[in-house]
Amino acid sequence: MTGAELITLALLIPLAGAVGIAVTGRFPNLRETVTLVTAVALCATVLSILPLVQAGERPALDVVSLFPGVDMIFRIEPLGMLFGIIASSLWIVNSIYSIGYMRGNKEQRQTVFYVCFSIAIFGAVGVAFAGNLLTLFLFYEILTISTYPLVTHKANAEAKASGRVYLLILMGTSMMLLLPAIIWVLVEAGTTNFTPGGLLVNTTLSTGMIGLMLALFIFGIGKAAVMPVHSWLPAAMVAPTPVSALLHAVAVVKAGVFTVVKVVVYIFGVDFLATSGAGDWLTYVAGFTVIAASVIALMQDNLKRRLAYSTISQLSYIVLATAILTPISMIGAMLHIAMHAVSKITLFFAAGSIYTAAHKTEISQLDGIGRLMPWTMGAFAVGSLSMIGVPPTAGFISKWFMLSGGMESENWVAVGVIFLSTVLNACYFLPIVYRAFWRAPSEQDNHPPAHGEGPAPVVLALTITALGVLALFFFPDVPLGLAEAMMAEEIAR
Amino acid sequence: MTVPGEINWHEHLPVLQVVVPLSGALLAAIVREGRLAWLVAMIACWAMPIISIALLTQVIASGPISYAMGGWPPPVGIEYRIDQANAYVMVFVSIMAALVMTYMPRSTADEIRPEKHGWYYACFLLCLAGLEGMLASGDAFNIFVFMEISSLSMYVLIALGSDRRALVAAYQYLMIGTLGATFYVIGVGLLFTMTGTLNLIDIASRLNQVEHARPILAAMAFIVVGLGLKIALFPMHLWLPNAYAFAPSAATAFIASTATKVAVYLLLRYLFSVFGVEIGFEATPASGLFLTLAVMAMIIASTIAIFERNVKRMLAYSSVAQIGYIMLGIGLVNQAGLTGGIAHLFNHAIIKGTLFLAIGCVVYATGITRVASMAGIGRTMPLTMGAFVTAGLGLIGVPGTAGFISKWYLVQAAIEAGMWWIAAVIVISSVLAVIYIGRIVEIAWFREPSDRQVRNPPPEMLAVTIALAAATIYFGIFTDFSGGGAAEAARVLFGGYPR
Repeated sequence: MTGAELITLALLIPLAGAVGIAVTGRFPNLRETVTLVTAVALCATVLSILPLVQAGERPALDVVSLFPGVDMIFRIEPLGMLFGIIASSLWIVNSIYSIGYMRGNKEQRQTVFYVCFSIAIFGAVGVAFAGNLLTLFLFYEILTISTYPLVTHKANAEAKASGRVYLLILMGTSMMLLLPAIIWVLVEAGTTNFTPGGLLVNTTLSTGMIGLMLALFIFGIGKAAVMPVHSWLPAAMVAPTPVSALLHAVAVVKAGVFTVVKVVVYIFGVDFLATSGAGDWLTYVAGFTVIAASVIALMQDNLKRRLAYSTISQLSYIVLATAILTPISMIGAMLHIAMHAVSKITLFFAAGSIYTAAHKTEISQLDGIGRLMPWTMGAFAVGSLSMIGVPPTAGFISKWFMLSGGMESENWVAVGVIFLSTVLNACYFLPIVYRAFWRAPSEQDNHPPAHGEGPAPVVLALTITALGVLALFFFPDVPLGLAEAMMAEEIAR
Repeated sequence: MTVPGEINWHEHLPVLQVVVPLSGALLAAIVREGRLAWLVAMIACWAMPIISIALLTQVIASGPISYAMGGWPPPVGIEYRIDQANAYVMVFVSIMAALVMTYMPRSTADEIRPEKHGWYYACFLLCLAGLEGMLASGDAFNIFVFMEISSLSMYVLIALGSDRRALVAAYQYLMIGTLGATFYVIGVGLLFTMTGTLNLIDIASRLNQVEHARPILAAMAFIVVGLGLKIALFPMHLWLPNAYAFAPSAATAFIASTATKVAVYLLLRYLFSVFGVEIGFEATPASGLFLTLAVMAMIIASTIAIFERNVKRMLAYSSVAQIGYIMLGIGLVNQAGLTGGIAHLFNHAIIKGTLFLAIGCVVYATGITRVASMAGIGRTMPLTMGAFVTAGLGLIGVPGTAGFISKWYLVQAAIEAGMWWIAAVIVISSVLAVIYIGRIVEIAWFREPSDRQVRNPPPEMLAVTIALAAATIYFGIFTDFSGGGAAEAARVLFGGYPR
């Protein structure tokens, strides 16, 4: 099959899956089979595009003209490939997990849940493969809308309030800031196509205007959760854990930072932004977010909220690495999209496993739980180490590149931020691991009902991702190769 | 070649556009019996899209059509003149009429007493004939006649609403509508005095030779205010919320998606084709005035919509705000802005049509229009409310929906004109739409359904509603008609009449 056909297939599969899930909704076993088959088919399709991209091809698909000069167009470059692989492969694991979690917790309205999930993945794949800003924006909004019913799944007062924050911040920022920025790019450059080397290179914008445009993008892309547009992410934690795991640690938030990286590389151009100096402020904003979110995470007792603030902090790592504007740091940023995805989904899986088996949500309740749930907490420990950046975990690789970039360009602010936040990461993750394995269970927990591990699909899923965290340390070839290919293309221009 | 004495139907399409619904109305009034009258109306309504699409293709292929009424050549006789601008509007007005007619029999049976059905369908057709006449005619006074036909029949349609307040609403509209028509006809009178003609093209060509500009400007002011009342241009919108709220469901959907749009078309026709940009905008503060009123409509009416308790009134205020978008496109006085405005005519017609039809289904199923009573309705009527939300996304202007296309053009036009604050207002108003649509979503899905008896809406009502909701998505992605057609219409209007 040609690249264009594969792109069509990759977009249609999750949509068809959504329809299939809706139709088979009355038969849960059949419905879950449809989900799994869809996920596997999507992943296989996306992976079959990988050799093309690695061989230097850039598969493209021009669907329809939306406005004069602006088409709905898909074009897969290495970064989009990477994001597509992350989202689609983790969807398989997450589906296995969802089955265990949703059934274990006897959640209501599971059909709606799986349908929206499938549409959200459709949105993520569209974002990954988008060939211009407008197409990306379209799928970005599909992702927002399709995750709203997931965030508000519980349908209680708290879910409603969180849903409001979620929708208003994500949609508000995208409409008020991101959309004008996109149209501004169109007016200046006559197109919004992602162009290696940058689209705005030949325009005559003043430094101040470039800085303003960059600000519209950074704060308009609310999904990247750069402070002060981060508060939707902790709010979204009211969702069932599989949603927090795949969407609010991987698909949605990574769509945000992915868009940031794409805008910097393909719209502004790394060189252009570096020489103009219009992006210098971003180091400080991202650095502040990294530190501030870590400090807030330190103060959270609710496990999912701590993870959420950790995500905010880690997302700004990626923005920070992008703001350093050297090839090495950009590679670090791209790698961190992958590395953080696998690590953070493991942590969320563990949190959901604890909730399902023990109905515990607070960190202070976790004394000695590692003895009852060794697999879960073992995986949690692996994920934690990766967050801190300790070898042999995936997080070490990306942090290495980001630090190298910071040192090479003598951006000591960035280097300082990374060091400080590593310490903070250790401060808020290691106590959890310590508590789980080395503290005795509190008195009341010794009485029955004692609990064991989470449901089998849940444990299976978190074991797979934990192994993935380790595997990516030893075999980072695919993401590294894609990241390098992208920077090589950028520099060649 | 045609044989003498034989009628060549093809040539008479412009007038058939008016004749078909007019004779349909007569027939429906004669048969009186509800079902039979509906059948007549149905045939007439479905003939209309065929005619208008044939006209549009003909105009695209071979340029504007001039039709001399009764064989009297213009400017002596009445001219019907079809070009890409009014053919475009005709197409969607006639399609909306056909769809609403398909939707309406059981909704009507539910809301209106049986002996009135015949009259109801007759008035519907009369209204349609009036609207089509306003679109097709190239004669200033003839337009006034059709305006009265459509308005008078619309008062009846509104007054037939099952709530007694419908009578007050109809009376309110009667007063304001008559005022609007009077202003319009005064303006036409002034034009006739100054130019000695009623033919629009003729007026346009003679305006240059008129020595005194003041009466011309006065004429323009009268016409703009007269049409502004019909358009419900803020702050001349006071008749609209009650009229929409208390008219029968199907009538609301039809009026909301066509009547104000036709008036907007006329305003465009006068400002751009007859007066032209030089007189219309450069010699007057019209641009600034439109922009100011548009911005006020978008912000104030949207804010009122957030606090409305009756869902039909909420949608009505939303309409006032959406008309603001259209006026904004006119006020920007550039090609992109006008394209956006015209595209929004079409897009808003589909979107608001869907919303009112969905509410019609809800009314049929439960009898409620209060927002607070809609608790849990998203669970009990998932298809209807799914269509409602889809159209709601279009109203917000989410990409992938028709509403996004027009907003894109408008924002682009604002940036091109260097008016960043307008772009800001557009997006702020979109966020207000998120709030008032989101409020319905929250009530419809997050509150527990009451154990009230719910009837399932009949298949044809659901089918039309869902089809229109799907069109909201379709025209958001395939923009040949919504965007491309609007751009052509804007080009034709901007070019003015040949002088």
